[in-house]
This record gives sequence, C-alpha cells and structure tokens, in this order.
Amino acid sequence: MSAFQQALPAKRPRPRRSSLRSWRWSDRIIYVLAWLSGLSLCLIAGALVLYMLVRGLQYVSPSLIFSRPRAEVNQAQIGGFLDPLLGTLMLVVIGVVLATPVGVASAVWIVEYGRPRWLARVVESSVEIVAGTPDIVIAIFALTLFQLGAFSFLSFTASGGGVYGRSFLTAGAAISLLAVPPVFLATRDGLEALPGHQREGAFALGKTRVATIRRVLLPGIRPNIATGVTLGMGRIIGDTAIVFLLLGVGASERIEPQGGVPGLGVLRGTGSTLTSYIYSNSPAGEGNAPQKAYAAAFVLLAMVLALNAAASFISGRGRSGKMSFGDGVRYGAWT
Amino acid sequence: VLERLRQPWSDRRAELVLGAAACSVAGVITLMIVFVGLRAWPTFAHNGLSWLGSGGNPETQIGNMLHTGPHPPAAAYHLRAWPLIYGTLLTAGLALAFGLVFALLAAVFLVEFAPPAVRRVLTPVVRLLAGVPSVVYGLIGVLVLAPFVGNHVISPAEKRSVEYVVQLDGTGLAVAVVVLTVMITPIMVALIADALSEVPSAWREGAVALGVNPLRATMAVSLRAIRPAIVAAGAFACARAVGEAVMLAMVSGSDAFSPKPWDGAPFLFEPLLTLAASIFRNAEGLGAPAVRSSVDAFALLLLFSAFVLSLASYLVKLPLRRHHAGLR
Repeated sequence: MSAFQQALPAKRPRPRRSSLRSWRWSDRIIYVLAWLSGLSLCLIAGALVLYMLVRGLQYVSPSLIFSRPRAEVNQAQIGGFLDPLLGTLMLVVIGVVLATPVGVASAVWIVEYGRPRWLARVVESSVEIVAGTPDIVIAIFALTLFQLGAFSFLSFTASGGGVYGRSFLTAGAAISLLAVPPVFLATRDGLEALPGHQREGAFALGKTRVATIRRVLLPGIRPNIATGVTLGMGRIIGDTAIVFLLLGVGASERIEPQGGVPGLGVLRGTGSTLTSYIYSNSPAGEGNAPQKAYAAAFVLLAMVLALNAAASFISGRGRSGKMSFGDGVRYGAWT
Repeated sequence: VLERLRQPWSDRRAELVLGAAACSVAGVITLMIVFVGLRAWPTFAHNGLSWLGSGGNPETQIGNMLHTGPHPPAAAYHLRAWPLIYGTLLTAGLALAFGLVFALLAAVFLVEFAPPAVRRVLTPVVRLLAGVPSVVYGLIGVLVLAPFVGNHVISPAEKRSVEYVVQLDGTGLAVAVVVLTVMITPIMVALIADALSEVPSAWREGAVALGVNPLRATMAVSLRAIRPAIVAAGAFACARAVGEAVMLAMVSGSDAFSPKPWDGAPFLFEPLLTLAASIFRNAEGLGAPAVRSSVDAFALLLLFSAFVLSLASYLVKLPLRRHHAGLR
C-alpha cells in the first residue's frame, strides 16, 4: 500500500496536450466564447434579478399589496393589487385541483396498464403536443368551448343570450392544461424508476393492482408528484395569455362576482391576476403605471423563484427517478 | 355478492377510470383542432389562398371587421396575413439562430469545461431564466431596453429616413429578437446539456487519447453524437418562440409593418407584429364574427406549426433512440 502511494508523485504533471497553450487559435477562441456565453447567462440572470429587486423594493409597499385596485384617472388613487394577487392564488388552486388528478391518472394508466398499446402511444404524444401548444391557442380554444350554451353555468349569460365564457372557473379549467404535462411527466418518470420488486412484493401479499397503486406505488413517488405539481404551479402563475382572454379583457382589475351565491359567484365572476395586472399597467396596456407594474412584477418574480427553489428542493429529496435537468426546464419553463 | 361489494374499487373499473382520464387529454387535443378549425373556416373560405399573401396592413383590416355585425358579408372577411407570418418567421428565425449558437456554447461550457463551483451556479441560473414569466421579460423589454434603444441607439437621421412610413421609438425587431433570444436560450441549454451529459464518457475519452484536445473531442464526438437532440432542442425552442404572445405584443412595436431589409440600419428597429401577438392584441374584438374567424385562423396556423415542430423533433430523435437508449 505504502509502496503504491510512494510511486505516485504528490502532484501529477499535467499532460502537455491539455494545456491551453498547445491549442490551435480557433480552438482557443471557441473555448473563450464558451466561457463567455456561460458567464453571460449568469450575468443576464443576475442583472434581471437585481434590477427587479431594486425596482421592487423601491415601489412595493404593504398598502399596495393590501388595497384593492380602483378605476381612477389619478395615479395616486388607483389602489394596489390585492385582487390580482387573490386572482392568481385562486387560479393556481383551481388549476392544480383539475390538473393533478388528470396528470397522475394518465401517467399511472400509461405505466401500470398501457393497453392497448396504440392508445397509450396516442396519449403520450398528446401530452407532448399539449406541452408544445402555445398558451394563446389554448386560450382561444377554451374561449370558443366555454362560450357554448352547455357551459353557461361556468360563467354568466349576457342579456342577448350569448354566453360570456369568461370567469375564474373557465380560466382555471383552461390554465390547468398548462400544468398537466409536468405532473404527467414527473409521475411517469417516478413510476418507471420504481424498482419492480415493490410491485411484486405487493402482489405476493395478495394486494390487488389498484391497492398496489394506491398503497405502494403512489406513496413511493410522492416527491415526484410534488415536483411536477410545483412546476405546473409555476407555469400557471406565469401565464398571461389565458388569463387575459378568459378572465375578462379590459374589464376592471377587481374581482367581480356574478350572481348571488357568495363562493360560487366569485368563481363565476371575472377578475385579474398579477400577470394581467402587469400587462395592463405597462406602457403596452392601458394603465401605464410603471411603478405598479414593477411592484407587481417583483411579487410575481418572487413567487416564481420560490416555486423554482421548492421544485428543485423537492426533486432533490426524491428517492426514485429524479426529473432530468432538461425535462424540468422544458416542462416548467415560461409559457 | 357481499364480497364484491366489500372490495372498494375493482381492478377492472380502475383501469377504465384511469384510461378515461388519460384519453381525456387526447380528447382535448382533438377538440382543439376541430373547434379552432371550424371557427377559422370562414376566413379561409372567403379569402382563398391569397389569405397567406401580402397586401395592406392586417391590423387595419381586422380593425375594419370590428363593426360588420353578427352576420358579416363575405367582403368583410378580407385579410392578407403575410405581414404577420413574416413577422413571426423573422423574430423566431433570428432568435433561434442567435440562441442556438449561444446555447451550444453555453451547454458545452456547462457540461465539459465549467469548474464545479461555476456549474453549481449555472444550473439554477438556467432554470431561473427559463422560469421567468414572459410578461416580466416583456416589462423589462418595454420599460428598459426599448427606451434605451430609442434614445441612444437609433440616430435621429435613421428616424428621419423612415419618418413618412413608420415611427421608430425603440420597440421593434431588435429588442424583440434580443428578448426572445434570452427567453429561448435557457431551454435549449438545458436540453442540449442533458443530451451532452448522456454521451458515454468513453467515446470522448477515446478521442482525447488519440491526441486531440478536449474541445475538439467534444465538438467532433459528443456534439456529433447528439446532433438529433440539438435539432430537437431547436425545434422545441422554435415552437416556444413562434407561440410567444405577451412579450412580443409588448416589445415588438405592435404594428403589422413588415421590416424591410433594404431600409438599411433602420430595418433593425422597425416595428412588427407576430401571429400570436396579434391574437393577443385583438382579444377585445372577439365579439365580431369576422375578427373571431381571422384570429382563430392565426391560432390554427400556430397549432399547425407547433404540431409540425413537435413531430419533427420526434422523428429526428428516432434514430438516437434506436441506437442508444440513454441518448434520448
């Protein structure tokens, strides 16, 4: 042992070829460019976060967060973004409640049953297509769908008999499509990574297939599902197009209940979220109140960053089938 | 009978329920194509193939449709969408071209050359940049980049040279492409880095053992091996760029003016509008059937391109899957 250690010099001399000086000029340039592009990504992210932090701290105040928006001409009186904040939270809840069962059930079906084979392939590729569909297309489709008479209970009916099609319920249903792919993918990867002997053990103990899924498999992949849901929440929070089309275009930013029933009235009513609030207060929208837009964007960014951190924390704790870097970014990225 | 009742959920029924949930996703996609296609039909029927052609400003044409009543005559559907298609192709194409080079370099750096400390920083940075909502990118574009470009980059002479057609205020092609590049690069970095780290290290080590330097080895062996994955990453990012609505509605100048390359330098700053951004901007006019049909036609076009791009990335990756299971 000691002889072996003595044979090794304390510091191995680097092979000559791996020194940068022996490289061709073109290679050196590419090497430097690779460093530069990596560092510039860091720089862009740093600048973005710092800038939003400065602007946010400059403009965010508790009164802004806890006061409702008002339609006033005077800048000082237009209030804060309590309603958009609540709207964002409501959409997240509705979206997750709708997307999680669908995503988890489809993934379980694909991995544990998956017969007939062609149907399983169709389902897998449609999830892929949903993930690649632009949110604005989903929004247009959902608006068409929910303006059908059959769905009038989800929103309200205008005096002319036309269904408005815009409410928290319809927006939540549409936006849940954004969260299905991450939940599906995380669940599928988790199930596929579970060792087969867990299933076999459960079968050997006389458990039925369903019981195995409910008592053995799903508890085993809970961190995976949580990662998927967190990624999906991030997508829902960051989405603007669906909110803009399905939560009342150009309507006031307040939550406007429809009908008398207290809880249901809000769900059937229109409102806004942080993203649509930012858009309408930016120079591109009608409001043109950059301070409010910055403040709301700061809050939004903080929420997204927190979710991001939560997702990587949870997926780091998972025992089986960590979602790969690429898939995590791809299915959790902005919409 | 009692025993069957005691079983909470029979296996057979569970399979049906789970299968139904899975099929609902496929059903939604089918419904989407059918609904959007049906809605889009009138505008295609009334305009024919010249719908794709150029002629006039689509935004003005859509504006004219606003007050054509619930049963618009055929003439009310007049629309020539080329400026929007051109704007979409131009922004997505340029952003993809810049972003792909940027992403390749960054991914090679991340996987092969970055010291562990830098890698630990860069991975969450990529995740962060990919997760920032597009409206925040748009806000920074319109409040920071556009005024900067408008005040310091565009010279007064350039503004004057195209004054009689279009106002240059900073929002336009250059800012749109820059922001779009920043948005799609992280996605490509993550996908390429993923594929790159799946390449068996023996392949690259073999090349190094033959005496090439590590960079050459990466380029000749690893990047070559994952070429399909690179194309697939590009296709995925391209789909994202084509479908991006909010950010482009904010920073593109929102005027369906086709930037003219022969205008010289002002070309870079001329405003434009993309298909997705046009849908977003016309959201308020959806009550008019003619507007609705035109907008749904844009959506159909976007849906079609997203479909083609995801099919392309699937087909491109097929040989990879066959030869090496790890290199998805």
